Amino acid sequence: MGLIASFGKYLLFIAEVFRKPERRSIMYKLVIKEVFELGLKSVLFVVFVSLFVGAVVTLQTAANMEGSWMPRYLIGFATRDAVILEFSPTIISLLLAGKIGSNIASSLGTMRVTEQIDALEVMGVNSETYLVRPKIFALMFFNPLLISLSMFVGVIGGWAAGVLTGECTSSEFIEGIQYDFIPFKAVYALIKTLIFAFIIASVSSFHGFHTQGGALEVGQSSTRAVVYSSVLIIVANYILTHLLLG
Amino acid sequence: MIEVRNIVKSFSEKIILNDISFDFFQGKTNLVIGQSGSGKTVLLKCLLGLHAPDSGSISFNGSDIVVLSNKELKSLRKQVGMVFQGGALFDSMNVEQNVLFPLEMFSDMSREEMLERVNFCLKRVNLENVNQLFPSEISGGMKKRVAIARAIVFNPKYLFCDEPNSGLDPYTAILIDNLLQELTHEYGMTTVINTHDMNSVMEIGENILFIKDGRNTWEGTSQDILTASNQDLQNFVFSSELFKTIKAKSI
Repeated sequence: MGLIASFGKYLLFIAEVFRKPERRSIMYKLVIKEVFELGLKSVLFVVFVSLFVGAVVTLQTAANMEGSWMPRYLIGFATRDAVILEFSPTIISLLLAGKIGSNIASSLGTMRVTEQIDALEVMGVNSETYLVRPKIFALMFFNPLLISLSMFVGVIGGWAAGVLTGECTSSEFIEGIQYDFIPFKAVYALIKTLIFAFIIASVSSFHGFHTQGGALEVGQSSTRAVVYSSVLIIVANYILTHLLLG
Repeated sequence: MIEVRNIVKSFSEKIILNDISFDFFQGKTNLVIGQSGSGKTVLLKCLLGLHAPDSGSISFNGSDIVVLSNKELKSLRKQVGMVFQGGALFDSMNVEQNVLFPLEMFSDMSREEMLERVNFCLKRVNLENVNQLFPSEISGGMKKRVAIARAIVFNPKYLFCDEPNSGLDPYTAILIDNLLQELTHEYGMTTVINTHDMNSVMEIGENILFIKDGRNTWEGTSQDILTASNQDLQNFVFSSELFKTIKAKSI
């Protein structure tokens, strides 16, 4: 299918997703369930990755500053900006596109090939609204919290690595993370996170929902969901950075 | 009653249904039979409004679903129960939640009334003490029965079944056939069953449509089949030695 036709199909899909649900009370329950399934189950993964990447950013910054005239508190400064501006919102979102995106696409794809989505349609349920909207709402609600946690843990990881390896003292690192802090940078990161959460949930759902065939095609949909979500996140990252910081 | 008139449906210029006309009667088990690929499932999906026919009309008690708006079609679907080939039970829900689902979505009953209705339907399909089990924990025959319970929970006027006994052992298949026939008579539903199971045809075929290459090739009852002169039907129904012997003895 051509790119323009696919995009048109995606827009129609999104229009269906945001139709009035049959039962609002059921929608709330589904959002809570998805927050648990897609969000809470990713917390440990995000904490683990953030901790180590924050540490690596600190060590690399320190290595690049070896023997230079620059003050050591800049290690904390560089770690903070790298984690808040790029690592947490973008790289963690890319990782979540893999983890959550493949989960969404494969679960919806399986529902499609086992006729569970047809069963919903035959009952008179708007399947797009019922299945996809809770995922989009859950991710857009929970991902900013998850990314905020990632920022915090990433900086902690950087601090621990800096102090434990003796690259900087605790007070130097803390001075660095407070130096020239512009709150809008955190706002910018959270705006990006919201957009990326929408991309992950909607694009993965789109690919899973339109799966045709059997188990092999479910796998292919899952792969496509991750690839398209990742590509769109990278492109959106550039556009948002240009618009918000450019 | 469902009246199908001159339905044509094609995919990518390949004609799947070619000028099909047929009446599916209320209170009868209406069977659509034919070889794999003959167009049975496409016809069923047209009846359900999942595929729009290229031309022709499909009237549910006088209301043509081909020209209905999406909203009207959704409203009509609340009178429809469907048993899919694999059951199509929701994996994330247990048996009780699966049967409860249509009521939760569309009824104004209290929780107690809904659970009472669910238990009644499960009992009606001879399933008890399985409410908390998940689809992955029950047998194929039980899945079909849960699917039937879910299909009738909202007292549908129309019941559609796609190969309801495929993949089942002969004993369970006959149980499912008999259950569908009993429910059809009990609730006066218009039941449409897609099948290529000859046991089903002979056991519960009260009104049969035989499709070959997308065309209405023969229609009648299970008794008519024995004396039908249509060669395509004879080749299809009596392809096995067992059925040839049964036919010879019957005649």
